[in-house]
Amino acid sequence: MQEFIEFTLGGLASGIIYSAIALSLVLIWRGTRVLNYAQGGMAMFTTYVALTVINDTGGNYWLGFLAALAAGFALGAVLERGVVRPTVGKPPLNSVIVTIGILIFIEGLAGIIFYNGQSASFPPAYSIVSLKVGSIALGVSWNDVFTAAAVLAAAVLLAALFRYTTVGLRLRATAFNASVSRLLGVRVGRVLTLGWALAGLIGALAGVLVTPTTFLNPNSMDAIFVLGFTAAVIGGLDSPVGAIVGGLVLGVVLSYVGGYLSADLIELAGLAALVLVLMFRPSGLFAPTAVRRV
Amino acid sequence: MADNGGAAGNGAAGNRAAGNRAAGNGPTGRAGSALDIRDLAAGYGNVAVLDNVTIAAAAGTITAVLGANGAGKTTLLRTISGSVRARAGQIEIDGMSLVRRAPEEIARAGVAHVPEGQGVITELTVEENLRLGLLLRPRRERAAAIADAYQRFGVLGDRRRQAAGTLSGGERQILVIARALLSAPRVLLLDEPSLGLAPKIVAQVMDLIARLRDESGLTVVLVEQNARSALEIADKGVVLNLGRVVAESDAAELAADVGLRRHYLGF
Repeated sequence: MQEFIEFTLGGLASGIIYSAIALSLVLIWRGTRVLNYAQGGMAMFTTYVALTVINDTGGNYWLGFLAALAAGFALGAVLERGVVRPTVGKPPLNSVIVTIGILIFIEGLAGIIFYNGQSASFPPAYSIVSLKVGSIALGVSWNDVFTAAAVLAAAVLLAALFRYTTVGLRLRATAFNASVSRLLGVRVGRVLTLGWALAGLIGALAGVLVTPTTFLNPNSMDAIFVLGFTAAVIGGLDSPVGAIVGGLVLGVVLSYVGGYLSADLIELAGLAALVLVLMFRPSGLFAPTAVRRV
Repeated sequence: MADNGGAAGNGAAGNRAAGNRAAGNGPTGRAGSALDIRDLAAGYGNVAVLDNVTIAAAAGTITAVLGANGAGKTTLLRTISGSVRARAGQIEIDGMSLVRRAPEEIARAGVAHVPEGQGVITELTVEENLRLGLLLRPRRERAAAIADAYQRFGVLGDRRRQAAGTLSGGERQILVIARALLSAPRVLLLDEPSLGLAPKIVAQVMDLIARLRDESGLTVVLVEQNARSALEIADKGVVLNLGRVVAESDAAELAADVGLRRHYLGF
């Protein structure tokens, strides 16, 4: 029973990271129908930015944290405006190639600027020692609690932005029907830039939250991106709620696989989950509802 | 269906238009034109669709643009609203050029385009669709404008929390017209508003469009396959054939021209 609790809570703690990556992918997919293969690379780069700020300010974690979020926001906006925008209205393969190109470029740039041949460690915000109830280890730490709270807070803020503000209405209208939105005076280009910027911010958040449990190098987010992508597919690429739930489900399943079977099988199980969902439920568990035909 | 058809927030436009109509600016006259199109050419890729099209829509009138499938009616509206780029010619609204402007900037200049197939964003609620029409209005006017729209279009008030995708075809048509009106446009472009609707609903929609002109002085460019219904409410008719204007006159005269009707309008 103790193992079950430990694996479940540990899985939720990992899963919330996949949720964050999935959420950033969904934000871009809904707005532009582009799957951003560079999302993991962007998160890696902004985590390096955070680490540099932390090191340069004598260990000020929060300054680094904020720098990563700001860098993610700016990076998303710059990439959309500078590189992705020209692919709008072109065959879908163009944007695929462009985002893969961005990934290769960012990883190469990080290698030149930040990487000295050794992976770096990234400090956690809070203790990573497992919490206990009596003598029972829960499998989660205060840092995991902070991670979950940060991702859920970001999700709630995004939901509120989308639901209750005119900016959110513009974002949603553009995502659902950009041409009609234009006819209603929505400056779709700016809205798309904002969508990428928000996705960059969420990806940066995921990067600084997950890296304390891994190491930081130019390729360190690749595997996490794949799992985040799997979570997005499980939830349905159009569903922000699905992204959160998909990440948590995937995290728990992989935690059971790692705990009860073998840690070596985790990535394999993640890929197997991706294949199974694409085979049997390609629109995800939270597919949009049908619209009345008239 | 709509209880009545007043335009939300078009009082100023109404006064201006009423003045123009009273001053005797005839339907084919260029003086007082809210929308002035001269020598317009447009198309897609290597295909030229519009050629040398010249149309003047007087303020506070309905101009019906008629013609067979492929005549260029929808392309004309798409070119006015910026979705298709003009290759030559001029489009002006109250003297301001719209050529080479993006659709969102043309909307901000006062042109509301209700596209063929209605343009409802089905995933949003009725109220959210209407709020999109308010984005161009000053914040302080929005609450009153949407309350006014619900009063004028009662069916929308009853269904404000529903996804727009659950509405019937007639209700959707009311929704997109109400949404367009909420932006307080100077010119309303309607593309096939009767498409796919039952005859009774078509009559109601046409009645609504006529009342928008009469009560609010809105300038309307109405593209319709249903030429008979369109000419019944229009002040002026323009017939397009293969991208060119082949006839332009008072709507009643056009409707009375048996040869033209049989040749181009099918009734």
